[in-house]
Amino acid sequence: MKLHEFEAKKIFRNEGIPVPEGKVVYSSREGVKYAKSTGKKLVAKAQVKVGGRGKAGGILFPENEEEVGDAVHRLLNMEIKGEKVEAVLLEERIEIDRELYLGFTVDRETRTIVCIGSSMGGVDIERVAEEHPDRISRISIDPFIGLQDFALRDLFFDIGLSGQTLSKAVSIAKRLYRIFVKYDSELCEINPLVLTSDGNLVAADAVLNMDDNAIYRHLEFERIEDSLEFRARKAGLSYVELDGDIGIIGNGAGLVMATLDLVHFEGGKPANFCDVGGGARSDRIKTALELILSKNVRAILINIFGGITRCDEVANGILEAFSQLEIDTSKIPIVVRLAGTNREEGMQILSSMDLIIVDTMESAAKKVVEVARG
Amino acid sequence: MAILIDEKTRVIVQGITGREGSFHTAQMMEYGTHIVAGVTPGKGGRDIHGVPVYDSVKRALAEHDANCSIIFVPAPFAGDAIMEAVHNGIELVVCITEGIPVHDMLRTYRYVKQNDATLIGPNCPGIISPEKSKVGIMPAYIFRNGNVGIVSRSGTLTYQIVDELTRRDIGQSTCVGIGGDPITGTGFIEMLEMFENDDETDAVVLIGEIGGTEEEKAAEYIRKEMSKPVVAFIAGITAPPEKRMGHAGAIIQKGKGDAKSKIEALKKAGIEVGKTPSEVGKLVKSLM
Repeated sequence: MKLHEFEAKKIFRNEGIPVPEGKVVYSSREGVKYAKSTGKKLVAKAQVKVGGRGKAGGILFPENEEEVGDAVHRLLNMEIKGEKVEAVLLEERIEIDRELYLGFTVDRETRTIVCIGSSMGGVDIERVAEEHPDRISRISIDPFIGLQDFALRDLFFDIGLSGQTLSKAVSIAKRLYRIFVKYDSELCEINPLVLTSDGNLVAADAVLNMDDNAIYRHLEFERIEDSLEFRARKAGLSYVELDGDIGIIGNGAGLVMATLDLVHFEGGKPANFCDVGGGARSDRIKTALELILSKNVRAILINIFGGITRCDEVANGILEAFSQLEIDTSKIPIVVRLAGTNREEGMQILSSMDLIIVDTMESAAKKVVEVARG
Repeated sequence: MAILIDEKTRVIVQGITGREGSFHTAQMMEYGTHIVAGVTPGKGGRDIHGVPVYDSVKRALAEHDANCSIIFVPAPFAGDAIMEAVHNGIELVVCITEGIPVHDMLRTYRYVKQNDATLIGPNCPGIISPEKSKVGIMPAYIFRNGNVGIVSRSGTLTYQIVDELTRRDIGQSTCVGIGGDPITGTGFIEMLEMFENDDETDAVVLIGEIGGTEEEKAAEYIRKEMSKPVVAFIAGITAPPEKRMGHAGAIIQKGKGDAKSKIEALKKAGIEVGKTPSEVGKLVKSLM
């Protein structure tokens, strides 16, 4: 789960990392009021979780109170990469001398936490890593030993810091690491970490992505969302929206992905998919069908390889969904492929329904694309 | 010989009293796996399908001899359960549990390595050496004893591909699901190395998916170190970036981990990559 910049900054401030003075606002009236009360030159930043906000026009530099109102109004009416702006962070402007990068992340390759520092802040760190690897320094952290000062000093020496600035950077990095661990973070970064003209270090931006699997330890952040993904998660399913017109239900992430691939190869485009996981009982299949049907799909493919999941239970789920959801298969045809545990029993249950039953994954993909075309 | 497990493997089940733990204990016993004891803190003294249950791994091992543990403990306690097994000298730990926090796994992984134990998973279907032993949750009847080793990040997709092999009369030496999480105890390379050194394995099927760079590293390893043929399959070639495709680890992040670059790396290393599960079956058949 990604936190908003203003949420992350609140945590940073509480943990002693310097951040610019500011306030999050939800209307231009609120914005103007804040501008009047502070009297400082401000920057207005759209609060979205996608990257590349600056380039998309999501950061504005109003010159006076009136312009602050306009800027907030404009940002609140914006959509950045498909994400609606619902809040704007107003912050005092800072005098930038240099921009640095500092971040902690989980490195899958080495299976450790890494700390990354760069003398090139304010740009995408992946790009710096590719184009200017010499401007980056990184350290691997043993979770049992933790983060040591000497390692941080080495890292900051490497990217050209010294004296007072280096000591301040070490202190910020230690606090950021504490946040990274305390909040079960997958990524925690400051980009840019600004060296101001008066010699201070300030976190001009803040990213804090938390591990979805650890949300049970941080229930204060669990949002009651009105999204289908959220509803699915609560029901123990995994649901993802795509942009085509064929709905896909399967059990197991790998099998579902392979099914999506086959549908693409046949020239079809999946609208969404629902992974019902292992041991999916009939109520889950019903919820899955409801989720899939919440989008305008032209056809549905159900691909099950029974292991712990039993095909007869899946079939019962389909049967139940049919009687309760009033699915009209003359409008939305459903292709079903069952294999593995209790396949015969499952087929028996399905035989009374108006479904297209096929034997293999390949033929299922072919068939569903065909019927979706109508 | 097979790898990791065989007729001699002696297993304890951690989380044996839960719904999944109890169900799969019965399934594994039916397959012939030697389950010697179960562990659930606070439930010592009972028995599940005739298997005695203990409060701790230490207490179980005081009464029984075991060299392997399979874990069905819920995610918040699973990291601790893995460390408990390793601390008590279990050499091979198979963790089925899905949803363990990544920070727990970072510590657990380190602990496993420091103690020279082997962890398979988490978030995996386990291991089967057909007709010898099963330490996992896979439907046993689709497997046949034979000479093809399988290593995979996925569960049901593996069943699909095994089915393609078995239907073509191609049996398997050992099938290992290494798991769909970002941090897994064991990667492709360690498994490939074991298959390379196993005299019952003549060819290997590698089943990967989007996310991370394990497949690319495996390709390099196969090219340099392996004499046995490898056939690969990669799921998620049409997956959009930045979407988690069901597995915690199946995500193309910041342009990294897409299927295309994995397939290219494998092909460049001279490895055949099936476009569909049935094509994998055909490719393996052509090697026999």
